Amino acid sequence: MTDASVVSQSVNEGKSSPLSFLAGLGIAVNPGKVFSTVLMPIIGIVVFLLIWSGAARNIDTSLGKFPGPVVVWEQFGSLYQEHVTEREKAEAFYQRQEKRNAARVAKDPDYVPKIRAYTGKETFLDQIATSLVTVMSGFLLAALVAIPLGIAIGLNKTLNAAVNPIIQIFKPVSPLAWLPLVTMVVSALYISPDPLVAKSFLNSMITVMLCCLWPMVINTSVGVSSLDRDLINVSRVLRLPALKHVQKIVLPASVPMIFTGMRLSLGVAWMVLIAAEMLAQNPGLGKFVWDEFQNGSSNSLARIMVAVIVIGVIGFGLDRAMLAIQRFASWDKSKATH
Amino acid sequence: MKWLKPFKKASVQQVARLSKVAAISAVMGVSAFTGQASAKADFELGYPEKEELTIGFIKLTDMAPIAIAYEKGFFEDEGLYVTIEAQANWKVLLDGVIDGRLDGAHMLAGQPLAATMGFGTKANIITPFSMDLNGNGITVSNEIWAQMKPNIPKMADGRPQHPIKADALKPVVEKFQSEGKPFNMGMVFPVSTHNYELRYWLAAGGIHPGFYAPHKGDTSGQIDADALLSVTPPPQMPSTMEAGTIYGYCVGEPWNQQAVFKNIGVPVVTDYEIWKNNPEKVFGITEEFYNKYPNTTIRLTRALIRAAQWLDANDNANRPEAVKILSQSNYVGADYEVIANSMTGTFEYEKGDKRPVEDFNVFFRYNATYPYYSDAIWYLTQMRRWGQISEDKSDEWYKELAAKVYRPDIYEKAALSLVDEALVKLQDFPDFESEDGFRDPQTHFIDNLVYNGKKPNDYINQFNIGLKQGDRI
Repeated sequence: MTDASVVSQSVNEGKSSPLSFLAGLGIAVNPGKVFSTVLMPIIGIVVFLLIWSGAARNIDTSLGKFPGPVVVWEQFGSLYQEHVTEREKAEAFYQRQEKRNAARVAKDPDYVPKIRAYTGKETFLDQIATSLVTVMSGFLLAALVAIPLGIAIGLNKTLNAAVNPIIQIFKPVSPLAWLPLVTMVVSALYISPDPLVAKSFLNSMITVMLCCLWPMVINTSVGVSSLDRDLINVSRVLRLPALKHVQKIVLPASVPMIFTGMRLSLGVAWMVLIAAEMLAQNPGLGKFVWDEFQNGSSNSLARIMVAVIVIGVIGFGLDRAMLAIQRFASWDKSKATH
Repeated sequence: MKWLKPFKKASVQQVARLSKVAAISAVMGVSAFTGQASAKADFELGYPEKEELTIGFIKLTDMAPIAIAYEKGFFEDEGLYVTIEAQANWKVLLDGVIDGRLDGAHMLAGQPLAATMGFGTKANIITPFSMDLNGNGITVSNEIWAQMKPNIPKMADGRPQHPIKADALKPVVEKFQSEGKPFNMGMVFPVSTHNYELRYWLAAGGIHPGFYAPHKGDTSGQIDADALLSVTPPPQMPSTMEAGTIYGYCVGEPWNQQAVFKNIGVPVVTDYEIWKNNPEKVFGITEEFYNKYPNTTIRLTRALIRAAQWLDANDNANRPEAVKILSQSNYVGADYEVIANSMTGTFEYEKGDKRPVEDFNVFFRYNATYPYYSDAIWYLTQMRRWGQISEDKSDEWYKELAAKVYRPDIYEKAALSLVDEALVKLQDFPDFESEDGFRDPQTHFIDNLVYNGKKPNDYINQFNIGLKQGDRI
């Protein structure tokens, strides 16, 4: 049996094998190309793991040895275990609450019982979910603003001249610089006794939005303004009304650029979100990393390493997902490559 | 304090009725609402007005009463659903309480006083509950320890004699000065216990820790200083010292023991030795919160009193369990052994030099939880001594400010209603009938001075280093 066939076999069998993971991410498993697309990455990862564990053994920190792959893998398990335990505690919490509510209603019939959300800690999995929701909401919000704005700027030279300096000045600003301003403005304007979403969520989301905005605006406007003359002529010949022109000619033609902008900004947004969560102590993976750093326990470094890997995998996943959407939405499949 | 009167009368009868009430509540089970059931005409503790609360804390072992009240269900027994949130630093925590993001928090005793006075952010913060006694230490880096050690008298077995005074550090600081190098130390906040304790210890050994001059806009606290003190958040102390930015620090546990475990420094003195049984953290809320939610406040205080009692019960028998809870990553998060070192009655100084300090962390004994006016006034005297209060103040001013912030009236309500339900014993509390809020003149300071909370100005005038009555920077 050749190496290649062993590999392709394991792809077909094992659900948990790293190969099926790669396959699931859209990497074609073609026996002819297995060597370059599957085998080499695996060798790369194995070599990386070896270097990592070798280096880890030689790094002494004040919190003990730097965690190697095995220790980090164990922490994956213990973080999951903590999640399960916490869910059990939550279950008990709700049961106690129901009993307490019932007891109170028996004594005080006017009381309208209310089930309150679990007050315990957020587990690692909860933090991942929080971060994902935050980044996606900020990203979608930015797209809602940036794409129409980009199209308008791309179509209209006068508007472009007016808005361009503002974009150029704000584009290089790290959204983290905005963070304190965002925090203050949100706490000043967002006052409600029973808020729909937490202030911290809003802060992170707006920070993500600010960071997504500029690449999307710029790429969209460039895509729109560099429209092929032939396509514009077609539109002229057909005498398409303005809206139809945008819908039938401009949008389809600039989709590749729009998506390039979106992919770029999503990648940056994910990085910035983690930093923002760390800085502002908003719930999410960034806070998890910071809390573990503050704890300074003997597991802290390994747990941070777990978070690092998860952040990387999610970032990679987000990018692939955007690519898949881009392929799906683009009329010219050849242009949508990684 | 009109409502106090009928309540006090009732408390006399309560003593006689204690056994009867105990029997009744035992039959009814210890539920949150027995207070309601055994209600008396004079004082009826109602349901909490606000049930969902968020409480902030800093990762220090003395946040234990909050963690225990949560984990042992004392909050839930009061019908309170509490979310506990670690805060990045003391400023973020205080701002959180002021702007309402947090309903209450584990605070430095100086914070509510300074906020009410308007040093820093101005806001009326009150405290119905004092969280603990002692619990801090001063640690120096290995390098400084090596230079200090020859100056410290030895015991027969060769170990350094305790308490170690700052006299041993003085030659080291002088050497730094002669070389033109600044001697930097860390403390956690300008109005923190740690700042005053570090200053007290340094000044007692003849090292000037520097004055503040807020009226001139100078809040660095380094005027005339021999040792330059600056702010570092507690969990970052060990790593900041490791990085060489500071040579030593004063902080709460577990960050002194952490330095021993990490082999980066040596704790030289605990605050227990600087001032035996000194008041530490308080539980702070805004005055507005209490006015709006009196029942919630009293119930919070009840839960915290029960937690503190649990922590000290049967000669610290519950401490190992408490340490286990605190070592969870959402509370203090340090390793079990590190936290256990100080929480279970010992303290490790130099590596291997572990000595018993039974009262290193006191949560309930010695009326630790009662908010004494005299405790507040001690902090105010230190604020005056170091210039944070730039003007002379009368003894009455000190008393008035203390009474505005420290609220034994709320504490008394909570304690008596617990006594009523036989959850605590009346003899574990100060005699509410005669208590005036001032501890007897206190001794056991490292410089052997005596503190009488009723005469703050006389107290300030005793110090060699520091502002005295009439002084102004």
